[in-house]
Amino acid sequence: MSEERGKDATRPVRALGLLSGGLDSTLAVRVLQEQGIEVGCVNFHTGFCIQSHTGAIRNPKKGAEPPRHDALHAAQTLGVKLHMVDISEDYVRIVTNPKHGYGKNLNPCLDCKIFMVAKAWELKEELGYDFIFTGEVMGQRPMSQRKDTFPVIDRDAGVRGWLLRPLCAQYMPETEPEKRGWVDREKLKNFTGRSRKPQMALAKAFSIVDYPTPAGGCCFLTDENYARKLQDLWQFRDSKAYSMEDIVLLKAGRHLRPRGDFKLIIGRDESENHFLSGFKAGRMTIRAKNLPGPFTLLEGSPDKEGLILACRIAARYGKGKNRSEVTMVVEGETGSDAFTVIPMPAHQVEKEWHV
Amino acid sequence: MSDSAQILDAKNLLCPLPILRAEQAIRPLAVGAVIEIHATDPGLVNDLPAWCSVNGHHILEIRHEGRVVIGLVKKGA
Ligand code: SF4
Repeated sequence: MSEERGKDATRPVRALGLLSGGLDSTLAVRVLQEQGIEVGCVNFHTGFCIQSHTGAIRNPKKGAEPPRHDALHAAQTLGVKLHMVDISEDYVRIVTNPKHGYGKNLNPCLDCKIFMVAKAWELKEELGYDFIFTGEVMGQRPMSQRKDTFPVIDRDAGVRGWLLRPLCAQYMPETEPEKRGWVDREKLKNFTGRSRKPQMALAKAFSIVDYPTPAGGCCFLTDENYARKLQDLWQFRDSKAYSMEDIVLLKAGRHLRPRGDFKLIIGRDESENHFLSGFKAGRMTIRAKNLPGPFTLLEGSPDKEGLILACRIAARYGKGKNRSEVTMVVEGETGSDAFTVIPMPAHQVEKEWHV
Repeated sequence: MSDSAQILDAKNLLCPLPILRAEQAIRPLAVGAVIEIHATDPGLVNDLPAWCSVNGHHILEIRHEGRVVIGLVKKGA
């Protein structure tokens, strides 16, 4: 790969960075901007990003600010262009079959990074940037941000020598943009390890105050509860596939699998009920007749006995839970049915049913 | 003004999909064209103005109708 800045050396050097909106990627942008480099950014939608927006499903907490998209707001503050790219469809094969395996949960971090870097490179070529960069810090994350994984990312993404990591560049071999004098290596950083202190000091120096806390984590695949639900889905479908609807629904509601042939997704508040009601297609729904209570989605095709069990469980989470009988309406694509059932007492809802 | 706007239904989509759909919808349009985005994600209130400012579009209006957030955007140059 030989990418030359070309004839027009009078224009500023242009760099394309991966921007999550977290502190590290924000700082990486600033470090390059300080050198007079023109920065543009890309942010990828994998379908698993934990934005505070997931809170968009539930009733808002009193006085809570509406959620916001971190990368978009970082881009606004930094004054850079942001290309938002939906990679969720292609990303399925990364999640279901990662060459380098999973981290602690279902996070295929190394494959994910390689994929994103390769995509960023395509965009760089398309839009005429000179090189790409990330806010990675050596030793920061156990799976993907290690001294021995950086070369793997560069090699497998096909960008050897062209991916700059401004926050730890001084520990890395010189990259092409440094060799060509486009970037001043002296002004790059030497951050390593898990300490956040150098980043925080640099943020202060740049007067960056409004950044998301790293504790939130960046993706659902690293979340134990979420990963368990996805595993469950794969196990009972006998296949590692998933649809975009599947992964959204794993973020909403209470998930119970009382039998192998069906699963229930039960709304936990009004807002969530409303959200779930947008996913009726291809599923059955359960609601109490003439009584307030949760909206429940049923995935699978249980027999009548299974439906009655499902209704008893759904009734347990509604206003009628202490009644001797409640009528539940089950609707499917072929019609609807009503079952009058005894709401299941709390102690009979088996712990193992909760996915 | 919203009479002539192209309407984009982004209801029940989670962030950042309403914005990604808006980007797709606005790309082929001429400068000055208006799109009206309907979403249920309350984050649109923050994200639509931010997206406009990053991309040089103009936010004409943002309002709530029940659960739905409606934003009007005019494509910038
Ligand atoms: S945490 Fe998620 S988004 Fe981040 S590198 Fe790992 S798999 Fe990719």
